[in-house]
Amino acid sequence: MFYQKEIETMQRKEIEALQFERLKKALEAAARTPYYKRTFTDNKIDITKITTLEHLKDIPFTSKNDLRLSYPDGMVAVSKSDIVRLHASSGTTGKSTVIFYTQKDIDNWATLVARSMYSTGARKEDTFQNMMGYGLFTGGLGLHYGAEKLGCMVIPSSTGNSLKQLQLMQDFNTSIIHITPSYALHLVEVIKENGIDPHDLNVKKAYFGAEPYSEATREKLEEQWGLDAYNCYGLSEMNGPGVAMECSCKNGMHIAEDYYIAEIINPETGEPLPDGEEGELVFTHINREAMPIFRYRTRDLTRIIPELCECGKTHRRIERIKGRTDDMMIVGGVNVFPSQIESVLMNIPEVGNNYRIVLEREEGLDRMHIQVELYSKLFQGDMNALKKLNREIGEKLRALITINPRIEFMEPGSLPPSEGKAKRVIDNRKI
Amino acid sequence: MPHQVSVFAENRPGKISRVTEVLSENGINIRAITISDSGDYGIIKLLLDKPQQGNECLKNAGFASTLKDIVAIKIDDSPGGLHKAAALLAGENINVEDAYGFTIREKNQAVFVFQVADVPHTEKLLKNAGFEIISDSELYFI
Repeated sequence: MFYQKEIETMQRKEIEALQFERLKKALEAAARTPYYKRTFTDNKIDITKITTLEHLKDIPFTSKNDLRLSYPDGMVAVSKSDIVRLHASSGTTGKSTVIFYTQKDIDNWATLVARSMYSTGARKEDTFQNMMGYGLFTGGLGLHYGAEKLGCMVIPSSTGNSLKQLQLMQDFNTSIIHITPSYALHLVEVIKENGIDPHDLNVKKAYFGAEPYSEATREKLEEQWGLDAYNCYGLSEMNGPGVAMECSCKNGMHIAEDYYIAEIINPETGEPLPDGEEGELVFTHINREAMPIFRYRTRDLTRIIPELCECGKTHRRIERIKGRTDDMMIVGGVNVFPSQIESVLMNIPEVGNNYRIVLEREEGLDRMHIQVELYSKLFQGDMNALKKLNREIGEKLRALITINPRIEFMEPGSLPPSEGKAKRVIDNRKI
Repeated sequence: MPHQVSVFAENRPGKISRVTEVLSENGINIRAITISDSGDYGIIKLLLDKPQQGNECLKNAGFASTLKDIVAIKIDDSPGGLHKAAALLAGENINVEDAYGFTIREKNQAVFVFQVADVPHTEKLLKNAGFEIISDSELYFI
């Protein structure tokens, strides 16, 4: 079951040769960007002297902060007129990280997603209901274009509105869904409450992504829905979904090694680790015109599975993501850092420095509650003023993190003090 | 003009007792109390015999507390008593943001306490119309 057999079944040596050839091109393109031009100069890197894949480790890592500092276009390698789209995800504070795509990049991404879907058994006869967020977030549009490329009928239903989702599934015989695992858990309950046995629906496959979940949850969801679920990994810095995806074996996600060079490093020392050892996943994008990125630190923890997969694909696999090396939260598929929230609260004089983020799951959807202490000296004793302040904080946060948190005012002194290692995030979501 | 002490309180059991404990310990008497509630939190509004002192005590005890200017007038404890004042305010296009009242049985009188945007202006209008404006000290001696 191959979509691009030649590429998918390449011998390791051929993969490495292709990777090197593409790496060289990416380096040449990157040398034209302000950010990498400076990085190469500062680190005395002569890209003409990079003659093997091994030399990749001489290039410094790129971090989310580097992307933020080069906002908006310090890493762009093509002229603006060649860019056809941008996507954005949250930075650690203030500015987002923005990724640009040329038409060729969008086409390549779609091909990659189509190929990954194909290896799970998806075909042009399928109806694909895409229940991921559309917009700046890459999750929705990434699989949308891939499924269209494959020839599926795409229902761009996006998130929420469970009864409508159910109706679409019934009326159009949806056979594949793309959904967050938490929403899948909720939706299956809604289906049952409406007197419908989910096994009677035509849904045979699900792609789960955008948030961490356990193997036990996968089994539970497969059983409740009566489908096969495939893990899907991606991050906007590397395009979005499709960076690594499971095949029909459902035993680890194949990295698209013709697009990316994956490394596992020790997150403390930055030293590369051999295949099989657990560490931080690092990606180099070698197949994107608009924005080459080298050695991007994902902060995701996993290991590369050294053994070959039974499906015959030679691209190596990564295991399910085990955790993060930073304090990033994933809320409804959106990346949020506590530091972003802090940066907003610090500029609101009426609230104190103490805050707490409480994450809950209500009806399958993530909800963020932010508890803030009122600063006694600026309390006006007026309910309207409090409501206005509540709205103001909510709007400022929404503008920054794109999700709508609920702001809860607390009495002064009721939250744990800010000194030391106060626990700022309480995650009550269970999955 | 009299003052009301407004205290922020999370909406959970014990919110009143934590406030009354502080006032009780400091020998401060409560003339009237009301709570504005928004669901998650509320504002406890208090008329105290010693508003400044009460406010300080509550602040020292860690509460978000503040003094607010309010209008308090005497009205007759009889049908139409409040209407006279309300009609006047309506006629002058003055919006009453928050209000409460209490009666003084032995004097057959009542006190109407309310919040408006412009306290001095409202007091002047009511005074000119013959209403008796009550001050902090008078509130306590009623």
